[in-house]
Amino acid sequence: MTVTPSTPSSALLVRGGRPYGEDVADVLIEDGTITALGAGLEAPAGAEVIQADGCVLLPGLVDLHTHLREPGGEEAETVESGSRAAARGGYTAVHAMANTTPTADTAGVVEQVARQGEAAGWCTVRPVGAVTVGLAGERLAELDAMARSRARVRVFSDDGKCVHDPVLMRRALEYVKSFDGVIAQHAQDPRLTEGAQMHEGVVSAELGLAGWPAVAEESIIARDVLLAQHVGSRLHVCHLSTAGSVDIVRWAKARGIAVTAEVTPHHLLLTDESVRGFDARYKVNPPLRTEADVHAVREGLADGTIDIVATDHAPHPRDAKDREWDRAAMGMTGLETALAVVQATMVDPGTLSWRDVARVMSETPARIGRDEDQGRPLEVGSPAHLLVWDPRPAAPVDPAEHASRSTNSPYAGTELPGRNRLTVHAGRVTVRDGALAED
Amino acid sequence: MRHFISIADLDRTEALEVLATTEHMAATQSRSIRKLPTLVGTTVVNLFFEDSTRTRISFEAAAKRLSADVINFSAKGSSVSKGESLKDTALTLQAMGADAVVVRSGSSGAAHLLAHAGWIDQPIVNAGDGAHEHPTQAMLDAFTLRRHLRPGDPRADLAGLHVVIVGDVLHSRVARSNVLLLDLLGARVTLVAPPALVPVGASAWPCEISYDLDAALAEGPDAVMMLRVQRERMVGGGFFPTAGEYARRYGLSTARAAALPEHALVLHPGPMNRGFEIAGDVADGPRSVIVEQVASGVFVRMAVLYHLLATDAREDAR
Ligand SMILES: [Zn+2]
Repeated sequence: MTVTPSTPSSALLVRGGRPYGEDVADVLIEDGTITALGAGLEAPAGAEVIQADGCVLLPGLVDLHTHLREPGGEEAETVESGSRAAARGGYTAVHAMANTTPTADTAGVVEQVARQGEAAGWCTVRPVGAVTVGLAGERLAELDAMARSRARVRVFSDDGKCVHDPVLMRRALEYVKSFDGVIAQHAQDPRLTEGAQMHEGVVSAELGLAGWPAVAEESIIARDVLLAQHVGSRLHVCHLSTAGSVDIVRWAKARGIAVTAEVTPHHLLLTDESVRGFDARYKVNPPLRTEADVHAVREGLADGTIDIVATDHAPHPRDAKDREWDRAAMGMTGLETALAVVQATMVDPGTLSWRDVARVMSETPARIGRDEDQGRPLEVGSPAHLLVWDPRPAAPVDPAEHASRSTNSPYAGTELPGRNRLTVHAGRVTVRDGALAED
Repeated sequence: MRHFISIADLDRTEALEVLATTEHMAATQSRSIRKLPTLVGTTVVNLFFEDSTRTRISFEAAAKRLSADVINFSAKGSSVSKGESLKDTALTLQAMGADAVVVRSGSSGAAHLLAHAGWIDQPIVNAGDGAHEHPTQAMLDAFTLRRHLRPGDPRADLAGLHVVIVGDVLHSRVARSNVLLLDLLGARVTLVAPPALVPVGASAWPCEISYDLDAALAEGPDAVMMLRVQRERMVGGGFFPTAGEYARRYGLSTARAAALPEHALVLHPGPMNRGFEIAGDVADGPRSVIVEQVASGVFVRMAVLYHLLATDAREDAR
């Protein structure tokens, strides 16, 4: 049985919170829209009132990089379970990556995923289309058909694999121009990373694990920004992870190249030192890098070189992680911990304001993904996608409490700050008091 | 000592203790009755995911000379080769009542995982994990070096000695364990390899790194340890152009061995590629302690099993 979120109450008044962490203002939501915003609002008759004193109000988060695993990987996650996890994390929209079985490389598959998202109703699910048929890197998928389908795909990615062939990458960049699409590249030179297990450096040398060198990411990004410049197209860099990549993107932006970049929460927080215990929860692609890289990506996010934070939520069944390091799957869950990690790494140290967080986790990802309805300002007339975040409590992460079907969180047992009190998607409460709001 | 996973886990005192026990074990093995009753009633499982007859036989001999029962659970013809996971195998061994598990795996960290994942409670001995560590090999090398270069002093460390380790460092667990242990015991270590076979990041190791074997040998080292060039792991290739070019630059030829100081030893963990990384005459020559390394291997493994299991046995008796 599919449990759907609660039906919208006629009106919802969020009282006493701080939009963008700034001045206190009440927010009134009626019929899926913000209808009033200001001090001392009256609750209409029958309205649900949420007290949000001390909490931050943000536009609903938008994830440009989510693996929902359905179709084909339902043991790890489904559209239903993944979008519930998204709601718990404060997300009102996710972009579901194409590396499913079958691959999301046809209008049929992307429409199915979009439909399942709508049926689940926990957040907006925007399918990402594969760039190449079967992610094989050999010939372009029918990008135009996916763009014109009911799923209105605008983001295309072979994520999990790199579009390595430079001619194919060029053609893809050119092709998506006709429908304002973007190619989101998983930048990884396959030859430089054959058998790669972790970041290549001091720790890999010691542990005897095959290295995933920074240059394998940086060389692809360098090539791709030049290709994007040459053909005048839009490029998005997935999960940028190295200091060198930040430099290259900074250089490209200074030249006016239309490139955007994302960083994951785990690359903002964790380093390759975590691999020392051979615990495969820390195995991820691209791998955890060094302290210097963590500093560089934080700096890049702060100065706008990196545009957004995207989770790369990558659920895996327990057996895929309970193995020897080199036999374990790559990836970590992230939807339900992302905002906490961003608070810990960027807000609490004073590097980003909450307004900046709204920009990098909602507004800009919505713009890159062409989600017209998402990432809108908290103001009268905007669609009511928002969350109420209490930054004060801190608690150890317990993946057993997560709505995701998988528990491969690298933060299990780690204390992280903040708690999502309320998520509202299109005027419907999807999370209330931190719990999924079910009928 | 609960497990024996990695030289990196040991301090100097512990390393010297294991060497002292090894000396003791070696002494018992020169008697006419070599079998000791120490581990009667205990079962040691040899869990070999990777074929290594030499190492498996060495552990088996060590366990049997301490009167332990041995079960071999090895790659060929067992569930291990049919894709059974490490976890399931561990749970099986736990249920069977093994007292210690000796594990060899092609995966770095396999022994660590067995020891710490909570699947099995028994002491774990690392018989080689991927390119990570091979701690009993390093102990037997140190033991062999000490017997020859610090004779008559069973409590000595290796301070003042210079050991040159040559070859495929990148893929070598033997090199990693040896660098750590030799450094722990005060020796100076020089690694020599073609640049592509030196791991990126090895500059942080407590040793010197050289690309020039002749320059390293000209310093007059006390021992030269040749590593097996693992040609089977060179998939993806291009680490060096040809076997001939490698042998010319990095092989221990008869001429190179002849120029070593009188007392200098030649070691090799085996199995050797004769005529490639080491000339046959050198392997069989007077400086070579390669055969003795095999004997030391049994003593060291007896010592390690003793440290992990004899304490348990004593506690059980109380
Ligand atoms: Zn990716």
